[in-house]
Amino acid sequence: MVEVRQVTKRYGAKTVLDNVSLTIEKGALTSLIGPNGAGKSTLLSIIGRLIPADGGEIYIDGKPLPAYGSNELARKLSFLRQSNHVNLRLTVRELVSFGRFPYSQGRLTAADWEVVDRAIESMELGELQHKYLDQLSGGQRQRAFIAMVVAQDTDYIMLDEPLNNLDMKHSVQIMKLLRRLVEESGKGVVVVMHDINFASHYSDHVVAFREGCILYDGKTDDIIEPSVLQEVFGMEIQIGRVCDRRVCVYFT
Amino acid sequence: MKTRYLVAVLIALSFYSLFVGVIQLTPADLFGLTSRKAQVLAVSRIPRLVSILLSGMSMSLCGLIMQQLTQNKFVSPTTAGTLDSARLGILISLLLFTSAAPIVKMATAFLFALLGTYTFTKILDRVKFKDAVFIPLVGLMFGGIVNSVSTFIAYRFDLIQNISAWLMGDFSLILQGRYELLYAVVPTLVLAYVYANRFTIAGMGEEIATTLGLNYRQVVNVGLGIVALCTAAVVLTVGTLPFLGLIVPNLISIYRGDHLQRNLTATALLGAVIVLACDILGRIIIYPYEIPINVTLGVLGSGVFIYLIARQYAYGH
Repeated sequence: MVEVRQVTKRYGAKTVLDNVSLTIEKGALTSLIGPNGAGKSTLLSIIGRLIPADGGEIYIDGKPLPAYGSNELARKLSFLRQSNHVNLRLTVRELVSFGRFPYSQGRLTAADWEVVDRAIESMELGELQHKYLDQLSGGQRQRAFIAMVVAQDTDYIMLDEPLNNLDMKHSVQIMKLLRRLVEESGKGVVVVMHDINFASHYSDHVVAFREGCILYDGKTDDIIEPSVLQEVFGMEIQIGRVCDRRVCVYFT
Repeated sequence: MKTRYLVAVLIALSFYSLFVGVIQLTPADLFGLTSRKAQVLAVSRIPRLVSILLSGMSMSLCGLIMQQLTQNKFVSPTTAGTLDSARLGILISLLLFTSAAPIVKMATAFLFALLGTYTFTKILDRVKFKDAVFIPLVGLMFGGIVNSVSTFIAYRFDLIQNISAWLMGDFSLILQGRYELLYAVVPTLVLAYVYANRFTIAGMGEEIATTLGLNYRQVVNVGLGIVALCTAAVVLTVGTLPFLGLIVPNLISIYRGDHLQRNLTATALLGAVIVLACDILGRIIIYPYEIPINVTLGVLGSGVFIYLIARQYAYGH
């Protein structure tokens, strides 16, 4: 369980996170939704220890975040940013193998390579695995980075807009993979999501942010409601049912 | 760029280099060495070969490490002010401790090289360039400023001839007893191997490195330390080896990608091969006189540098 307790973050006079508290369960997929600049990515960066909070505490499985060693944390929690610029000429397979760094410190065992192979397989990168990253399309590169996170094999996985740059087919593929990680391996997955339909279809919990605060936090069905979404996004969103699923229509 | 070809070429050139020089020495002389010829080998030829190998390897590895850590293909001791800062350091040590022991000179050069490189990375942090080509240009300007300080001080204290000696990379003055300081690079090269994977991960950026549990700052500091120490040792014993740290890692990267652990050996070997080839060339072109290494290497290196920039443009635009 990741517990966020009254976390605050300010940039100068602007408060981007105001006293935010949140609990993230293992074995569930949690989507963070909300308008741009609502503080979703900032919160993930704070949990991933990339930026310090100005106030509040974070506990991971009962232990405060600062008490974790950096290697220990890397085996507990992984985090992927929305855009990753890597100038190095690495092959997909090399990149994914670095996901095993927290375990092997660079000396990968046969078991490590097995995890790497499975991660590559899960992202359908088998044919591309010996290509260099700079030879790939944006979407393929994104999948390679997600495969690296999968290879890191942590209890908690935080992804900041993982569907950026991806076409529908691969977006669905990634969401299905994340579902599998949740259901089969009991991972706790947190995803910042812009397309609320993806949030609606694949998540167990939805947390809605607005202006640095959490407006709503609950089961997906309770959040994907016209009145709630209108308050969060400040626009009219209709919800219809197609094939027994809720579909948000926000093209007014 | 197969490692075993590089090894073969390096061994062949190394062997050949032992027999190039004013005093006639042939492979046949190795059987039944006269004491005079044994002395030539021990005092001049072997120290020269060893110093070429060590400096060639270490300067190209320094370039490789710097390029990974700064995520820029054009950063190297030549283009980041490291060399110029080391030279300033030597000059200062000469002024402060008049007859400084080599180890004192090296320590001062090391500190200055570290400080200079660190300053350069801070400049890179502050100023964001859209085009990677600007970064070596800023580095060269920064180096130029450091250099002007050195020249000014040297004029004041009548040490111009000394600094021009370090400006000029030259193996002809390498003799037994005058190059042993260079062995200081050996442990740092071993350290480079130990840290290879960490450098690659650090090269993916601070954020990815942090999420993979890497102590980013520590790794960068170790890298800069290795670079500063190697540069100081090489400048002090051999002088400037221009462009080496720039071109060798780039040539290797074109063929083999950027996974540092796989590249270290090839980079070190190619660095040694290039320096050795340039040195032999300099020794035979106007035999029995010599062309200093920084001329041969400078001509070759600047040519390859221009090729790399042109390639980057063709590739990136």
